[in-house]
Amino acid sequence: MDILQLLVSGIANGCIYGLLALGFVLIYKASEAVNFAQGDMMMLGAFLGITFINASYADLPFLIGITLAALLLGLFGYLLDRFVLRAIFGQPQFAMVILTIALGFLMRFFAGVIWGHDPTSLETPFVAQVWMLGELMIPVVDALIILTTVALTTVLYFFFARTRLGVAMQASSQNQMAAYYMGIPVKRINAIVWALSGVVAAIAGVLFAAKGAVEPSVGLLFGIKAFAAAVIGGLGSLPGALLGGLLVGIVEPFAGRFLPEVGQIAPYLLMLVVLVLRPGGLFAQISQKKV
Amino acid sequence: MSDASPLLRVQNLEAFYGPVMALRGVSIDVFKGKVVAILGANGAGKTTLMKTISGTLSPRKGSISLAGEFIQGSDPDKLVRQGIAHVPEGREVFPFLSVEENLSMGAYTRRDKAGIRGDMEMVYDYFPMLLERRNQAAGTLSGGQQQMLAIGRGLMSRPSLMLLDEPSLGLSPLLVQEIFEIIRRLNKEQGVTLLLVEQNARVALNTADHGYVLETGRIVMDGSARDLLASDDIQEFYLGQSAGDDRPEKRWKRKKTWR
Repeated sequence: MDILQLLVSGIANGCIYGLLALGFVLIYKASEAVNFAQGDMMMLGAFLGITFINASYADLPFLIGITLAALLLGLFGYLLDRFVLRAIFGQPQFAMVILTIALGFLMRFFAGVIWGHDPTSLETPFVAQVWMLGELMIPVVDALIILTTVALTTVLYFFFARTRLGVAMQASSQNQMAAYYMGIPVKRINAIVWALSGVVAAIAGVLFAAKGAVEPSVGLLFGIKAFAAAVIGGLGSLPGALLGGLLVGIVEPFAGRFLPEVGQIAPYLLMLVVLVLRPGGLFAQISQKKV
Repeated sequence: MSDASPLLRVQNLEAFYGPVMALRGVSIDVFKGKVVAILGANGAGKTTLMKTISGTLSPRKGSISLAGEFIQGSDPDKLVRQGIAHVPEGREVFPFLSVEENLSMGAYTRRDKAGIRGDMEMVYDYFPMLLERRNQAAGTLSGGQQQMLAIGRGLMSRPSLMLLDEPSLGLSPLLVQEIFEIIRRLNKEQGVTLLLVEQNARVALNTADHGYVLETGRIVMDGSARDLLASDDIQEFYLGQSAGDDRPEKRWKRKKTWR
């Protein structure tokens, strides 16, 4: 029972890692560079959620609050790409990596100015409620996280597999030049990908804040763990990112319980093992160009 | 039949590839319904010319007009809508998308579902192999199949002018024949005007109505495909034949007469 209990909380945590890793992969596929501000975008999403939902601020219902946070951070992502990142379009990838690290600093700074540095948590109607499944205790928050993640990934799956825009996003990530030749507006598509990763980050952030307290620097460590999850999945594969997130989420509580000495570094050990055994990650997409 | 004004007119085009001047004042005319071939060695500027016409590269000087309208410097998504399809060198298919998804991306700028469906059937008619593999990832196709997919994908935008960059690259002679046979049929049956870049001069001139020879960014020769095939220069330098009585050791002395 104990193990099942750990598993439930591990999966719930893993879902948040997975969503964040999804954001990493989306942007990596679109621009071939890692967005190191992804964790900080999640932090912004968490604070936006708190602002919309908590009684001391706007006091809106949970569903409306999370939707507004997602839309607002989506818009933020779109504008970020449109006005900041497009300015360095065509520069070496390294420039973008440095730029996103700098953006992360800025986001943490402004979040501190706006919301203060004290840990704040999201007030939800279901904060301490649990469902009993036999002897297994399932916190309602965990169930909500898992269900939301399943719903969001299903929507994303159909978006990428079935819609014209979704397939065009895949196409431009696989061969940007050819997408350009087809008349696909690659730059606009990139901005939409940033918007999408903002939406996903906001949802992850609100769910994260529903589980525990957030403060402006929370995205840093969490973002790095989610990055490890994305690498484990094979940076470039959406299902891989989710699986990597779940693995990291599950490994953490188990390592903390049974091997307290390595608890903190368990996700990175896992990443190391995966990279040694499968250098491309679990779901590496490998294509060889035929000449 | 050739109208008074060409479908595509390129005049005094100059383009740079970084600091390198790749096109030094190129002028060509492509008339509606014709096949025009551009011949030239590596680095002559053929691909640069194609990229500049399709809008993926901006010219420094000169003009390009399509059906009388100036188009130089426009973005490719606008030019695809205006009827230019670029089938790039080296196929450049989307490797993890299925054959059918690749084709549908060729029609990205179109919204008429029924028309797209119909054109997809037409592409499958010309390339039955693609129909068999419609759900297969494009990256798993052979080189020749990928070339067919790239041409089919180009057709999906229902172009009035198709730019074909090195369709024979890396293919066996038999496949080259097959692909050029289909190219000829597309021109005759669908009325697609074709601008063709080739290193394989023989097959290109056998398909084309008119040809231009591009060398280090300049057009050095042009004429009907028949005249070019018969010309000594083309025979010597692009078809690799020497006049019968030429002693092999003297060959280096023969100079191109267009210089």
